[in-house]
Amino acid sequence: MAEFRRTTLYDLHLSRGAKMVPFAGWEMPVQYPMGVLNEHLHTRAHAGLFDVSHMGQVILRGPGAAEALEALVPADILGLAQGRQRYGLFTNEAGGILDDLMIANKGDHLLLVVNAACAEQDIAHLRQLEARGISVEPVTDRGLLALQGPEAEAVLARLVPGVAAMRFMDVAEFDWQGATLWVSRSGYTGEDGFEISVPEDRVVALAEALLAEPEVAPIGLGARDSLRLEAGMPLYGHDMDGSTLPGEAGLGWSIPKARRAGGARAGGFPGADAVLEELARGPAQSRTGLRPEGRAPIREGVGIFDAAEGGALLGKVCSGGFGPSVGGPIAMAILPARLAPGATVWAELRGRRLPATITPLPFHQPSYRR
Amino acid sequence: MLKYTEDHEWLKQDGDEIVVGITAHASEQLGDVVFVELPEVGREVEAGEEIVVIESVKAASDIVAPVAGVITAVNEALPDAPGAVNEDPMAAWFFRIKPVSVDLSGFLDEAGYQALIG
Repeated sequence: MAEFRRTTLYDLHLSRGAKMVPFAGWEMPVQYPMGVLNEHLHTRAHAGLFDVSHMGQVILRGPGAAEALEALVPADILGLAQGRQRYGLFTNEAGGILDDLMIANKGDHLLLVVNAACAEQDIAHLRQLEARGISVEPVTDRGLLALQGPEAEAVLARLVPGVAAMRFMDVAEFDWQGATLWVSRSGYTGEDGFEISVPEDRVVALAEALLAEPEVAPIGLGARDSLRLEAGMPLYGHDMDGSTLPGEAGLGWSIPKARRAGGARAGGFPGADAVLEELARGPAQSRTGLRPEGRAPIREGVGIFDAAEGGALLGKVCSGGFGPSVGGPIAMAILPARLAPGATVWAELRGRRLPATITPLPFHQPSYRR
Repeated sequence: MLKYTEDHEWLKQDGDEIVVGITAHASEQLGDVVFVELPEVGREVEAGEEIVVIESVKAASDIVAPVAGVITAVNEALPDAPGAVNEDPMAAWFFRIKPVSVDLSGFLDEAGYQALIG
């Protein structure tokens, strides 16, 4: 797998018995000997440590950086207070989603975290802001860890006491043994927790220090996927792509009134007409939760029909699998918006139609510290 | 004596029937098993026919009939407790089959199977 990149924690993953797989051009741990199911449950009960160093970290610096980024992202970035973070989308000219990202206001700059698979393209996309005098600085000398779960605060506060005062979506810098950590209280699991950007030469030391705490286990991509699925969070490239409008991806909430038709800073981002028109009339279809009856998981690509026999294809599963905390199969599909929670649809699996119930997202209620 | 297939099944001869499960190696490769669908008792099957669906947290796969024959029994406990396949794969049998021929000499022995999985 020589063509794949490795994070600084590669040897640590191997030493912990990880099974490594290719992911978005990187060689990443999919699971450790604990196994996906128990890693998932451990994170919900205690604290899980994830290596997310493959994700892209990018700094935007310069006067008017927030205003400039609003030209690419339909979010309220001008209104984002210092020390706070917000979710947003890059849109294309058709209004489809190029990537989703986190945007943090760190006072004299913005810090973005983007998906690994899209990082290169996102950075090229951001470079157009250079014409506005904004410097685009990919962060190449830092790893990124996520510590997630109800015991994450207690664990991290032992090393870095200041984090206990943070609220959900706060960002702050802390010193840990001479290293400056960029910490946000956020994650991709539906649990309270932190994402911690740490200088490359201290990533292993910090990961080892966290793993030495009794509550913490290393968690792979397998459980990361089932955790985010239960939390109803979309995964770029599966639940949305360049042909998905924000409304149908169920992400209209990330576009505030100020950026919508009639708002103070309406439009002004790629594909604004299509995005705002969809939000104004209400999406015809949207990302919807499904609970299949029985125990059979329905996975990405499975067709969803409106009848037990014959009938019409309503859509396809975009993410699906087994939800360890739910205790059964769960899935998301982009389906006609008219389907109300409680309605029955049928998933075609191995030539048979199995009933599934339309279910509000998320499947598992988050426990953020607001 | 246990025999093995190249599809990572173990076969245990019991009188004129064969008990079939999957190996520890297979269960490790699959990951946590969350769903098992078994064939109907009495079903006549061909050798190589996919008769069990097994899904782990990662993916779906099939177990094939190792020989032609009739399914005489299935492990009814498995669909409700699929994790047993990971906990003790040698105890978590899937089905019993009464083969047309009980000659298992064409299958791998322990040494042959270990050589296969290296």
